Amino acid sequence: MARRGAKKKADSFVEIDAVEILTRELNARLREAVTNGTKKIELRNVYGQRYIGTDLCKPVEIEIFGTPGNDLGSFMDGPRIIVRGNAQDGCGNTMNDGEIIVHGHAGDITGLSARGGKIFIRDGVGYRAGIHMKEYGDKKPVLVIGGTAQDFLGEYMAGGILVILGLNLKEGEMHRASYIGTGMHGGVIYLRGNVADFQLGKEVGVAELDEKDRLDLEKYVCEFATHFDYDAKEILKQKFIKLFPLYLRPYGRLYAY
Amino acid sequence: MKTYLPPKFIVERDPERCIQCQVCVNQCSFDVHHYDVQDDEIRSSEEDCIGCHRCVVFCPTNAVSIRKNPLDYRENYNWRPDVIEDIIKQAETGGMLLTGMGNDKSYRIYWDHLVLNASQVTNPSIDPLREPMELTTYLGRKPDKVEVRGGALSLNTKLSPQVKIDVPVMFSAMSYGAVSINVQESLARAATEAGTLWNTGEGGLHPKLYKYGKNTIVQVASGRFGVHNEYLDAAAVVEIKIGQGAKPGIGGHLPGEKVSAEVAMTRMIPKGTDALSPAPQHDIYSIEDLAQLVYALKEATDYTKPVSVKIAAVHNSAAIASGMVRAGADIVVLDGLRGSTGAAPKIIRDNVGIPIEMALASVDTRLRQEGIRNQASVVIAGGIRSSGDVAKAIALGADAVYIGTAALMALGCTCCQQCHTGKCAWGICTSDLALTKRVNPDIGARRLANLLRGWSIELKDILGGMGINALESLRGNRLHLRGIGLTDTELEILGVRMAGG
Repeated sequence: MARRGAKKKADSFVEIDAVEILTRELNARLREAVTNGTKKIELRNVYGQRYIGTDLCKPVEIEIFGTPGNDLGSFMDGPRIIVRGNAQDGCGNTMNDGEIIVHGHAGDITGLSARGGKIFIRDGVGYRAGIHMKEYGDKKPVLVIGGTAQDFLGEYMAGGILVILGLNLKEGEMHRASYIGTGMHGGVIYLRGNVADFQLGKEVGVAELDEKDRLDLEKYVCEFATHFDYDAKEILKQKFIKLFPLYLRPYGRLYAY
Repeated sequence: MKTYLPPKFIVERDPERCIQCQVCVNQCSFDVHHYDVQDDEIRSSEEDCIGCHRCVVFCPTNAVSIRKNPLDYRENYNWRPDVIEDIIKQAETGGMLLTGMGNDKSYRIYWDHLVLNASQVTNPSIDPLREPMELTTYLGRKPDKVEVRGGALSLNTKLSPQVKIDVPVMFSAMSYGAVSINVQESLARAATEAGTLWNTGEGGLHPKLYKYGKNTIVQVASGRFGVHNEYLDAAAVVEIKIGQGAKPGIGGHLPGEKVSAEVAMTRMIPKGTDALSPAPQHDIYSIEDLAQLVYALKEATDYTKPVSVKIAAVHNSAAIASGMVRAGADIVVLDGLRGSTGAAPKIIRDNVGIPIEMALASVDTRLRQEGIRNQASVVIAGGIRSSGDVAKAIALGADAVYIGTAALMALGCTCCQQCHTGKCAWGICTSDLALTKRVNPDIGARRLANLLRGWSIELKDILGGMGINALESLRGNRLHLRGIGLTDTELEILGVRMAGG
């Protein structure tokens, strides 16, 4: 089969022009490159191809120019993906390990059911971001959102760290999401900016950050700031609140026995 | 609050036979039997008895018997004792009633209204004792047409991944956490021996069981518990669970008490927290979204294994199944009204969904009408009790069946419906370490493999009697079925003629 647009500069670096390459072929090419030991891949002209990074279980860096399609890095286990543009729905879906850095915004269900790795979104995300993230042992997913989210942020969250910075909010403007942390029974959400009680799920508590929270938050805000060229100190100056699960078993009382 | 619930069972102990050995005391996980040291006598708290009959089976002198408490209220067809019991329970707790196993109500069981055919005179039956009979089944997407290379017996057509099973009976999804590791090991070993598949359910795959991967279906459900690359890579088939026959449209709550250290490790969640499976998968709100997850899993496994999608049988199953096939499902699983569960709201279990026979017939018919039946295998689950049911299901259009309850019964389950309590006296549906030891995987695997062997021999006998020597020839062959005591509408949906016609 003719390999369109493959320019092999060196074994450790591959550039692929993805224009007119369909999802399945593009991913097959990525799989082949990674199997050959490529450490860095640049994808040019990406127009909606799905599942990029899904079956690449090695520490490879993929830089994407354009707009990757849905399920970017779903089930991903190890790679680092940098998107120079926006991501669509399902970015980091059920991700196990690795890193996704989006220089733009991302769609719905960003980080759904993630169980490890880190996702940094410079701008906002859509509905249901961070639903059912969970952690076990040293596997602890991190999702940092620079802008705002739509409803159901962190719903059913069972572990991990979700940071939402609201950098696009004007002075006094409220966050947009409602039902934040509904059914949450693990993990923590750090939220910067104003949010009203009615926007929070019934199963979350609100608290000030303690010393450990501060350290975690600083770490991830600094990483965020480095990725997107922000001043971390400036971001951290404003007040954050911590949202935590009130119960380990939010729905334990529904049943007769 | 004083409970108004009378005991459901009466415990009788024959004093002539009882030797005060206390086996019943030790076997009962519901604390019904007590040994009174002073009187050197065993007494029973009948109100705690759930009727599992563990003590009856294990009493060395057959001294114990458990009878149903007749509860002779004034006769009432509407306000039956079970209805009164539920109302009392809710009045005393204010909660939703939970239950285990499958729908126990008297909805019509269509298998019992279908009969199979046999050869007489005009074509000879086949003797399976002297002629080979084939039960081999391949699960996966079949091509629209096959091109054979000239002369040689080799295919030009590239086939989608197929999984071969030697008997068309697989073990239903039962997650670690719902059932114990010993039960899963028994299932895995029996499946390996019999050449079929077992299903992890959505609780992940315990490291101990990875070696049975070739006979394993791994599930990806709304909780996404324990789903990662090694898990997907280990399996023969990846199954997306949308719904379950016992609780269509309902998520699952594995209570924190059942999330032991080992269960936590396998599910990859902290110990002691509830394992909540949301009602929908939040990345699937449409057929297009389903296609996205199907192909995400195909990408994640490099298109090397079939992807199955399981739904509960509901009113529009036929149209939904058509969408599932078009979304890329290689196997469509339908779980019917009688499908079982480790825990479900009773009101859902007993009232939601449609009989599997109707769902199967309508899905098979619809996929044929649309010319896409070859694109997916159809597997059914929910209430399959015998090889007779299996044969009828195959004739009605199924490629294979799942058994859950029947498999657990092979391990001792008597269907006492207390799975949700986690106190299963048979050691099946529990994570209590003392109780789980009651299922010995060596013996469990033997019992399950025996069951499959027995059913296989029977299936071959049934086929031979029809003059058929391969299960493939019975598949979707509804002329081999006739209906008894069914209305015209029922016969029409089943696509089956009335007996005698």
